[in-house]
Parts: sequence; structure tokens; C-alpha cells
Amino acid sequence: MAKPSPELKKKPISQSYWSLVWWRFKKNKLAIVGGILLIVMYFSFVAVPEFISPYDLERRSEYTEARPQTIRFVDQNGKFHLRPFVYGLERKVDPVARRRSYVENPDRVYEIYFFTKGDPYKLFGLIPADIHLFGTKSDDPAASVFIMGTDSLGRDYFSRIMYGGRLSLMIGLIGQFLTLLLGSVLGAISGYYGGRVDIIIQRVTEFLAAFPDIPLFMALAAAIPAYWSPILVYFMLTVILAFVRWGGLARQVRGLILSLREREFVLAAKSFGADDSRLMFRHLLPGTMSHVIVIATLSIPGMILAETALSWLGLGLRAPLTSWGVLLQESMTVYAIRFAPWLLWTIPFLLIVILAYNMLGDGLRDALDPYGAR
Amino acid sequence: MAAPNTRTDNILLDVKGLKKYFPIQKGFLRRVVGYVKAVDDVTFFVREGETLGLVGESGCGKTTAGRTIIRLYEPTGGQVFFKSRLMAGGGEEKLINLAGLDRGQMKLIRREIAMIFQDPINSLNPRMTVGDIIAEPMVIHGQYRKDESEAIIINLLQRVGLRPDHLRRYPHEFSGGQRQRIGIARALSLNPRLVICDEPVSALDVSIQAQTLNLLQDLQRDFNLAYIFVAHDLSVVQHISNRVAVMYVGKIVEMADAEELYLYPLHPYTEALMSAVPKADPKYKSDRIIMQGDVADPSNPPSGCYFHPRCRYAVDICSKQAPEFRELKPDHFVACHLAQDLKLRGI
Amino acid sequence: MTANELLVQIQNLRVEFDVRAGIVKAVDGVTFDIYRGQTLGVIGESGCGKSITARAILQMVPKPGKITAGQVLYHRRAKGSTQTDVINISKLDPDGQLIREIRGGEIGMIFQEPMSSLTPVYNAGSHINEAVSLHRLMPLRKVGDQMAETIRAHRKVTKEESRQIAIEMLRRVGIPKPEQRVDSYPHQLSGGQRQRVMIAIALSCQPVMLIADEPTTALDVSIEAQILDIMREMQRNENMAIMFITHNLGVIAEMAKEIVVMYMGKQVERASTVDIFYDPKHPYTRALLQSIPKVGRKTGTRLASIEGMVPDPFNLPTGCVFHPRCPSFMPGKCDKIAPTWKQLVGDHWVSCLLYEEV
Ligand SMILES: Nc1ncnc2c1ncn2[C@@H]1O[C@H](COP(=O)(O)OP(=O)(O)O)[C@@H](O)[C@H]1O
Ligand SMILES: Nc1ncnc2c1ncn2[C@@H]1O[C@H](COP(=O)(O)OP(=O)(O)O)[C@@H](O)[C@H]1O
Ligand SMILES: [Mg+2]
Ligand SMILES: [Mg+2]
Repeated sequence: MAKPSPELKKKPISQSYWSLVWWRFKKNKLAIVGGILLIVMYFSFVAVPEFISPYDLERRSEYTEARPQTIRFVDQNGKFHLRPFVYGLERKVDPVARRRSYVENPDRVYEIYFFTKGDPYKLFGLIPADIHLFGTKSDDPAASVFIMGTDSLGRDYFSRIMYGGRLSLMIGLIGQFLTLLLGSVLGAISGYYGGRVDIIIQRVTEFLAAFPDIPLFMALAAAIPAYWSPILVYFMLTVILAFVRWGGLARQVRGLILSLREREFVLAAKSFGADDSRLMFRHLLPGTMSHVIVIATLSIPGMILAETALSWLGLGLRAPLTSWGVLLQESMTVYAIRFAPWLLWTIPFLLIVILAYNMLGDGLRDALDPYGAR
Repeated sequence: MAAPNTRTDNILLDVKGLKKYFPIQKGFLRRVVGYVKAVDDVTFFVREGETLGLVGESGCGKTTAGRTIIRLYEPTGGQVFFKSRLMAGGGEEKLINLAGLDRGQMKLIRREIAMIFQDPINSLNPRMTVGDIIAEPMVIHGQYRKDESEAIIINLLQRVGLRPDHLRRYPHEFSGGQRQRIGIARALSLNPRLVICDEPVSALDVSIQAQTLNLLQDLQRDFNLAYIFVAHDLSVVQHISNRVAVMYVGKIVEMADAEELYLYPLHPYTEALMSAVPKADPKYKSDRIIMQGDVADPSNPPSGCYFHPRCRYAVDICSKQAPEFRELKPDHFVACHLAQDLKLRGI
Repeated sequence: MTANELLVQIQNLRVEFDVRAGIVKAVDGVTFDIYRGQTLGVIGESGCGKSITARAILQMVPKPGKITAGQVLYHRRAKGSTQTDVINISKLDPDGQLIREIRGGEIGMIFQEPMSSLTPVYNAGSHINEAVSLHRLMPLRKVGDQMAETIRAHRKVTKEESRQIAIEMLRRVGIPKPEQRVDSYPHQLSGGQRQRVMIAIALSCQPVMLIADEPTTALDVSIEAQILDIMREMQRNENMAIMFITHNLGVIAEMAKEIVVMYMGKQVERASTVDIFYDPKHPYTRALLQSIPKVGRKTGTRLASIEGMVPDPFNLPTGCVFHPRCPSFMPGKCDKIAPTWKQLVGDHWVSCLLYEEV
């Protein structure tokens, strides 16, 4: 019979599909950057924002709408300090405009320390701690560091962005997870069983697809009773986002299952008597994985943006919950843009997250090659 | 080749009037507006240990026939009798109608009838190792015992000309011919008695095709397998088959001993198909019969004999009345009104 | 035919692919001539470089392939004139004006399955895209429009005339009701009909040469017979040269006047069709001829198969690349010395140590 081919003798290890994917993914530098960025961001925004932010979310200072303090290394005498510092803030009233504002007073120097004691918090909601990434050591209550300014209640805006990120990023992830669950289960059922179930699911997805997202979100979100607790609202919002968006994924999964179902390896398993669950979990769903992962990654930004948009319109999360949407809602007034532009700092964070997801998603698409032959 | 016994002797699989219609659905509610009669009243039988070739142009229902027999598709009508050992038990054999079995009973039969597929790329799950692929039938039937089964698999691998260390590799690391061998090993893992081979060599290169055909023949001898060998290449079919059935638009138009069929065809379609095969001989002066037009549409076949629009002998009756599939000579079946009168060219 | 009827000369052509695992010598020193009005057959197993050779003739080697040596000389002659210019195609810019005129206009091309590459992947480079639009049917566009576009790209005719030509060509390739078919979409046609449309497109520009790369491999014998008939008739009428690539020995026996046998990117034998079939010299050619089942031959016998598999292109055997599978393997010779391309008698060339004194 056939002699073993020399080609197979040479390669010591065999490459599984996933190791091949990893090899291709590693070559895409942009995707790696996106991935690392996301890991760093999720870690700091979702896991440990209490530690990263210098102040507690609700801590109010006497400085309202203070502009960001510049972090300095060189003092007014031109002397270089190794340890960064900020100047203290001093209230000034503009008699003409009758506005209060804060200016930096170069005589009051507060040095910035890393890993300093500050407001107490519970790490991961469990471990009591009071160490923050950075802050001033001085006991003077005026010794504050607002690297992105403060809002109208005198709360540190950087801390608020950190805390707000938690809800915004989580809603993207959880919402997408629900979408994934709904979409792939319903899509798979629809594609695998066909018939009446399929027709019904198909019509529902078409119905959902026929509506523009945002008005549908608005209608549903407006129906959330105002007296619900913020946490319940948050939960409902996630469900709404998932509910509106599962249709697209379901269609994709259905299409994939339909085409995979006719692939000969599925027929082969069937011809040996494989039951439905084996066909589904061994042969069909693994074949849709790469597609689903890519679609999911690329649509998380949409989720995050949808939450932001809703909250911004006042239909989503409401204070005291803090998300990026809520923050934007507070800042998106002509007054804020004119006099407190630092309140727009949320936007760059939002953009970076979206960009990072797209970079990662593109890389995954190339690596997983859902359209490729294998 | 063994002389053909009497008709009923040794019959392993007896297909009677098998039909498979695929509904054509249209519109919002997917109403059924018609049927693709992919297999339409097909009758044939396979004897133990022999190879029945099934030829015909693509789209004439060969694949559908094979898949309907093992109930990958639910038959629309007809019966499939199979002489089962497992259903009878105790070394006995029992003729049972597969079309009437429920899922559980059918599962038992699936150990006795296996299938080899056409496409060496598509017929192996790319996410599974070769070992897992070959083990799958055993796993499905609860026969997988880690050590014993691995020994069986290694044995199978060697039997089809692969190496034991190929066990942990993935299909994409193999060439087309090797993949087809993996498919063959999988088909044999439950010791079947009948293997339905759906164009197993059509996607392979000539030299690999020869290797694979030889392998199939060796395995048939060693394990006393019966094959239904589907192909559109007449030379391959003739080479490997004891008997050949010719299919046209869902129907079998002629069935006979391979040599008999090639020397003395009785159906004009068989004649035309054979004359169209290019001969590997530059000095051969071909005066081939060119069949005009394409295979008839199985959802809207012509009246009477489906072949009459392309048949050069067609007369009046051919477009009016469907011919009967009858045994004109011993063991030579044909469905043509003119079969007695025509003098057709063999090879 | 006489030497002045030379049309295309391929001289010592080499094409290499630089991929992750190494360099693949897809075409490794191929030399042959194509004459006007004649058919040259190229046979060999898949992966032996047949398609890449064909593509190299039209400067259409897919990325990351490169022509690293050799040349393709095209003896161009304006219609009706006897004056020939020799154009070195391998020196032309692959996206340039001249090669585009030749490609699809003067040298037509038909590929294996005209709808096989219909997955919507839009990342191919421009000249691949052009090749796709030139030589394959696109989905979602009427067959007639695709034909008319090609015709107008290469012939000076009006829109209406090009449609008439399209209908006429469809009729000639045996498509029933061409006036209606011209307005159908590719998916509404059967595989055989699509292939005939491809032939119609290739022939509608009245090429002096047709490159047919496995044009009937995916088709039934009945359709194959129709298509071969059409091609031969066109060849007779237009004095068109054909380069016919296939791995089907029956088809090549019927079509070709001269045959080149390829193995692993090298040509191992070249001779007239009769000589290849009746007096093959190279062991590979012989084995290939013996490995096909023949209709009408006694059943139940074993086929003579070529042992082993095609070698790994990154790890080619030393000496003669065929030696590990060769039935006439001479130890100490074939695995050490690479055979040279030698003329045996007349026009019979072979590359094998059996015919060399070493
Ligand atoms: N699942 C299916 N649904 C609808 N029509 C089908 C299906 N499978 C096959 N057909 C149709 O049945 C006919 C026979 O197909 P097939 O059995 O694949 O032919 P062959 O194997 O001889 O080429 C074709 O016309 C094909 O279009
Ligand atoms: N796009 C490509 N990338 C890398 N290698 C290629 C590519 N296309 C072809 N090759 C190599 O060139 C060799 C010859 O291919 P081809 O000419 O298509 O063979 P065939 O004789 O089947 O037509 C193949 O074995 C393959 O290794
Ligand atoms: Mg088929
Ligand atoms: Mg090719």
C-alpha cells in the first residue's frame, strides 16, 4: 500500500484548528494591541476602578466645575522635581460674568504619590482597602488632585469616568452574552429543525430587523417603570439590548447551520446513527463558533453605544447609577461645552474602547477565517 | 465473477419502488408548489458480497437513492428490504423493511450499512482528529472502550494504508487520497455488511483513484462486503462492479451484469452514455452519439419515457406512455418500449 | 505545421511561490511550443503545475507567485496580415494595456468550474479581480451583459451588436433558446450550461489561442462530449490553437496532437499523442496510462497503481523527483543524479536516466 508521505514524518506536532488560529492571530499586531488594550481597560474599569480612581464616586469637594489640574514636574522657579505635583486650587469670582472659577495657585504645591491611602472601598466588593493608585498625601482637605476636573457637584471627573466605565463596559459584555445565547440557540433551533418553528423565528427576526434600533430601544426603555430600583433598570436595559439585537446573529447562525447540515461530515455522523444532541454539539455548533465569535466581538461596541445613547437620551440608566451615557447626559449641554469642556473626557475613553474592539474583531476575523475553506 | 444465481438467492438488499420527492416551497408561508422527484419508483437488489454500480448523469438521483436507503432522507414511498443479522440475533438473518423502522431500530441497522462520501474535504469534520473521526461510529453505538478501541482504530488505519501516528492529526494535514482512506476506515469501524459508496473516487487523481479502487476491492474480499458503488464515470463503474444499474431522472432504466450491459446494452440511454466516454486511445475513431440538451428537470419531467426528448430512436408511444421496468433477458432489466427491436452498440 | 506557424513559445519557464513553509517550485523549467490551429495537451496529477503554467502564459500568476526565469514568446499577428511581431509576454507589466488586449482578446481562457469561486471575498488584488471578471461568471449579473461587456472590451462593436454576437455565440455552443437565455442569471443555468457560456465568452472575441484548463473535469460525459465537439468545430473554423489541460487521459487522447506530461512542476515527457499512448518512454507516463480503468476491459482485475503519494513540495526527493514512486528505480543513480531534458527520436523528448548514459 501507500508509503507514508515524508511530509507527515517531518512535522513533530500536529496543528489543531485553534492552534492554527492562534498562530494567524499572533501575526496581526493591531489585533494584539486591541486585545491588550481591552484586557487593560476591562481590568481597570470593571475589576478595580476603586483602586485606579483617586476618589470615591460620590465624594464631593468644595471645588465645583474646577478645570483639570496640570500634573507638573517643574515648579515656578524652573526647578525640576522627580516627583510629580499639582498646584492647589483657589476660588476666584469673575464679577462681570458672575461666575465662580478656580485657578491654580503656584504657592501651594501638593506632591502626587503612588499607592497612597485615600477613601476606603471594598476591592471586588469584598476586601476592605483604602489604597489608591495615586493621590496626594497631605491631610489638608484642599489638597486635591483632579486630573480631569470636577463636575457641578464637585466630584472628581476622572473617578466618575472610571466608575462609569464599569457599567458601560459590563452592559456591552453581558448584553452581548445574552444576545449570543438567544441568537445562537434560536438560530440553531431554527436552522436544525426547520418547519414551523423556523418560520416563526424567521418572521420574528424579520420583524425586529424591520425596526430601526434606536426607536425600538426607546419605546422599550420608556416602558421601564420609573420607580424600579436602579439595579433592576440596569438589568432590564441589558435584556432589552439583547432582545433587540439577537435577530441578526440568529439569522447568521441559522444560515451556517443550514449549510453545515448538508455538509457530508454531518451526514456521515447521521448515517452512523448520531442523535440530535451529538450532531448539534459535536458537529454543528463548533462549526459556527468562529463566525459567532467574530460577530459578537464586532457588535459589542454597538451595544455599548446603544446604552450610551439611551442613557444620554434620558431613557436608560439614571443617576445615581453612573455610566458613560449618564456622564455624557450631564455634560452635553451648551453650558457645559462652553464652560466645562473637560466634562467631554468621556468621549475619548468611549472611542478607545470601540476602536480596540474593532481592532480585535478584525484580527479575529482574519485569524478565524470564517469564510475560508476549512 | 461468480455466475449469477437465481434471482432471489443471496439477496442482501432488495429495494422495491423506492421514492423520494423533495417538496418545492415558495412564498411567505412556504407553501408546497411542487415536488422534485429525485428518486421515483426505483427497484433494484444487491447480493451478498457483490458490487452493484449505479451510474447516470449528475442530478439523476444517485446520491438521493443512496441516502434514502439508509434513511438519511425519509423515503416518500416504497420498501427497502435488508437481510439483517443484528435484528434477528443469534446468528440468524431476517429480512426487514428499513422504511418502516423507528429511530431506535434503525440505529441498529446503521451498524450493518455504512456510507463513504464523495468529497474528501467535506466528509471529515475539520475540528476532530483522525482518531476521533474513526472512533465516532463506535462512540455513537456505545462500543468505545479506550484501549481496545484504539487498537481497533490503529488496525483499521494500517489496513487502509495509513500510519498509527496519524491518529492524532487533523484532516487538513492529509491529501485527498489519504482523506478518502480515513473515510473508508470510518465506514469499516463497525464491521458493516453493505457499504454505500457515493462517488468515492470522483474527486481523486488518476493514480490515487487506482490505489483507492484497489483498496476497496481488497477490503471487499477480506470482509465479504457488498457495495453499492455510485459514480458518473462508466469506466470506473465497470471496473469495480459485478452488476450495473443505469439511472436517468430518478428512475433505473437498465440493470444487468456489468459485462452484459457493456457488450449488449438494451437502453438507448446506456448506449449513448457509453459512447460518450472518451477512449484513452488516440487511434480510436469515435462516432459517438451526442445526446442533445440536458438531463430532464426532475420537478417537471417530460411525458411518457423521460428520455424520449434526447433519444434518437424515439417513436410515438415513447412520449405517451412510461415504459415498464422488466426483465427482458435473465438478470437483464430494462425500461424501454423498443428494447426488443433495437440493435444497440456496445463497447 | 511549419515553423512560421509558431504561435507561443514557452522557454525554460520557472514559477516560484514563496510561502511560510518555504519555496514551492510550482513550475520548474518547462519548455514547449504551441502552433497555430493545433492542440497541445498538458497532463499530470493535481498540483503538478499545469494551471500555473497556463496562468504564466497570460501573466496571471496568483500572488505570492513569481516568474523567476524563462520567457513566453507570443508571435502576434494582426488580423489578415502575415507580418508577425514577437512579444515577450513575461516582460510585460501584468496590469498594462498590451497584456490586457491579449488576455481574453487574443488568447482566451476557460477554467474548471465557472461558479466555483463565487464566495464574496473581495480582498483579491486588482489583476486577480480582473481575471475573475474576465474569465468567470459573476453572480447577480445577467449572462448576456457579462458576455457583451467582454466582447466590447476586445472588439469595436456597439452595445446592440455585442448583444447579437452574444446570442449567436450562445446558439453556437448549443444553449437552447439563446434569445431568452441571454437574459438569465448564472445560477439559473446548469453546470454544463455555465461551462458552455464560458466557452462562448472565450470564443466570442475570436481568439487565436484558447487555454482550456480542465474545462470538462466537473461535468458529465454527455456534456463533456458536447463541449469537446464545440471546441473542435471552432478550432477547425477559426484555425485556433488550443492548450488543453486535463488529467483525463481519454479526453486528451481525443483532443490533442501533441502532449506534455508534467510531474511536480517539471515536464517529464513530450511527444505526439500517438507516441505518448503507444510508445511511452517515461515510467511515470507508463504508470499513468496503466492506472486508468478502461471501458470494455475485463472486470475484476486489479489496476496497476502508482505507489505512494505526490511528495511534499518543500522536501523534494533528490535526483529525479519521481524516483521514490518509480517502478524502474535504479538505486545509486536515480536518487543521486537529476535527469536532463533529452530528445530521443524525432519530436519525442523525455527526462529520465533510463535514456541517459551516466
Ligand atoms: N435536499 C434536497 N432538496 C431538494 N432537492 C434535492 C435535494 N437533494 C437533491 N435534490 C435534487 O434531486 C435531484 C437528484 O439529485 P442527486 O441525488 O444529488 O443526484 P446525483 O447524485 O445523481 O447527481 C437533483 O435534481 C437535485 O437538485
Ligand atoms: N496561491 C498559491 N500559493 C501558494 N502555492 C501555490 C498557489 N497556487 C499554486 N501553488 C502551488 O503551485 C503548485 C502547482 O499548482 P497548479 O498549477 O494549480 O497545479 P495543477 O497542476 O493542479 O493545475 C501547487 O502544488 C501549489 O503548491
Ligand atoms: Mg451525487
Ligand atoms: Mg489546475
